[in-house]
Amino acid sequence: MSQDIGYVRTEMALPQPAPLRERGPLAWMRKNLFANPFDSVLSIVGFFIVAMIVPPLFNWAIVNAQWTGTDRTFCATVAQGGIQPDGWSGACWAFVKAKFGQFMFGRYPLDERWRVILVAIMFVALLVPLLVPRIPRKGLNSVLFFLVLPVVSYFLLIGGVFGLPHVETPLWGGLLVTLTLSFVGIVVSLPFGILLALGRRSKMPVVKMLCVIFIETVRGVPLITVLFMASVMLPLFLPAGVSFDKFLRALIGVSLFASAYMAEVVRGGLQAIPKGQYEGADSLGLSYWQKMGLIVLPQALKLVIPGIVNTFIGMFKDTSLVYIISMFDLLGVVRQNFSDAAWASPQTPASGLVFAALVFWIFCFGMSRYSIFMERRLDTGHKR
Amino acid sequence: MAIENAVSADEIKVDRAKMHISDTDVAIDIVGMHKWYGEFNVLKDINLRVMRGERIVICGPSGSGKSTMIRCINRLEEHQKGKIIVDGKELTNDLKKIDEVRREVGMVFQHFNLFPHLTILENCTLAPIWVRKTPKKQAEEQAMHFLRRVKIPEQANKYPGQLSGGQQQRVAIARSLCMNPRIMLFDEPTSALDPEMIKEVLETMVGLAEEGMTMLCVTHEMGFARKVANRVIFMDQGQIVEENTPGEFFDNPRHERTKLFLSQILH
Repeated sequence: MSQDIGYVRTEMALPQPAPLRERGPLAWMRKNLFANPFDSVLSIVGFFIVAMIVPPLFNWAIVNAQWTGTDRTFCATVAQGGIQPDGWSGACWAFVKAKFGQFMFGRYPLDERWRVILVAIMFVALLVPLLVPRIPRKGLNSVLFFLVLPVVSYFLLIGGVFGLPHVETPLWGGLLVTLTLSFVGIVVSLPFGILLALGRRSKMPVVKMLCVIFIETVRGVPLITVLFMASVMLPLFLPAGVSFDKFLRALIGVSLFASAYMAEVVRGGLQAIPKGQYEGADSLGLSYWQKMGLIVLPQALKLVIPGIVNTFIGMFKDTSLVYIISMFDLLGVVRQNFSDAAWASPQTPASGLVFAALVFWIFCFGMSRYSIFMERRLDTGHKR
Repeated sequence: MAIENAVSADEIKVDRAKMHISDTDVAIDIVGMHKWYGEFNVLKDINLRVMRGERIVICGPSGSGKSTMIRCINRLEEHQKGKIIVDGKELTNDLKKIDEVRREVGMVFQHFNLFPHLTILENCTLAPIWVRKTPKKQAEEQAMHFLRRVKIPEQANKYPGQLSGGQQQRVAIARSLCMNPRIMLFDEPTSALDPEMIKEVLETMVGLAEEGMTMLCVTHEMGFARKVANRVIFMDQGQIVEENTPGEFFDNPRHERTKLFLSQILH
């Protein structure tokens, strides 16, 4: 008996809708929260922790918070000499409100603060179009942002020209110092770090050695030490009478420090680029700088965006360490104000610190989200 | 030219000596070239003269140095002894000379080496714009011309990762052609491709050969070798073991090693 084992499909199967248990919120929960016993336990513990933390925090920061007031009595209980009922616990936003100017500008003279605000407006007005890919004229925008803005800002903030009164840097403080240090650090460290990374992979022994020595020395020393040395030791080596501005020294210290870290991040990216890319570029007759600038770096930097932003965020927060050379960034100014007798209350430090944390968080989170956006945008992916 | 009828390497040399070949007819001249990787002598006494318009197929077992040899021709690999003269320019440590040679010599790699962050069109226009200083518009027109020739103009705005292997390799060929090279090197251009895609790449290469491009091709595609090559070179252990016209090479191999190799791959 012969049996035909051949099979021929006569019509193609049509796609069918997914079964009900694969759709809707219940299916989502089953899949994401209660997929197996261990997941279920984790989910329940997670919910429990959130339920423990969020309501008291909400009460402290919003419901019981003191939003207005002119001195410490508004944020202290009766027993502490204030107006709040005993046992009261809430954020003292009145303190933040009263000190807001200081938190932003430090001791920058009141009458001159418009200069800082003007710089801030220009900064935002140039930064936003630079970050939004759809807006054209990126070249002009970059020149304005990276070359013109720093020069204009320098004269505006320092003054001493065009009839603007001179404001010396020890008077600067707060967010102004945080942002200036970070901006300069970021703008200097990325190109400088790239050069160091290229130098470290260079075939020229002297260049390579200098880069290795620089990177390993700076990375091997804590930032605090670098700042401290820049502030205390450097003047010892300089001839008498010659002095650098303390803030400038901090800027240089932070920038060099960040460059060394950036160099290692970029080097990681360079190492991930396959040899074939170098050879492809070589075979077309591209010069070293063309090969690096057009082929290798665009790919390498894209790969290490998370690392680069990580370094930026780390540096942004490290700027607080300038307190060691008695400069006051945002956190420094907040802490400085704890000792203000007019506002001393048990709630003041917590409120100030939460505010500082929130400001730091907003900037860091912004950088983080933007980096994720850029990663997706630059992903031409489909790698094989 | 009499090369097509030449029978062996020795005879070719003799022929040329008689003919008073001018230097301008020689595309590549390799004389007594050696190369070492550390202590290991990968290429030994390579002598090869390639005339303009010649199509040469290089084959041999893996590790025989065939890729290394053609990579020496555009200095992706450095040789330590002997001479390599490409298009009248000797390859030394002189970076300027190296760049001049690379501009005239196109190369197609086994793994394509397209630039994944650039579109197909940008891949093809990059070198003309930056190296040859061709205006962008003209470079794009030229790129489209070559993309049409490799039959994928419609992919111009995609990224390499979105194309099949065969398409990517054809883009790689177009990218090289955009530099208007006088010599093309192919380093196992079909070895990383699925069987179905080998044909489309080979067809492109045959078309190129028919237009008279000087080609050196490391490949195991023996059908291709028979069809387009003027000479087949067989390498083993870093040396040229046998060299002949494709007809003679395949039908009447002389060296034992060649016979063994051919019996392994032609079944």
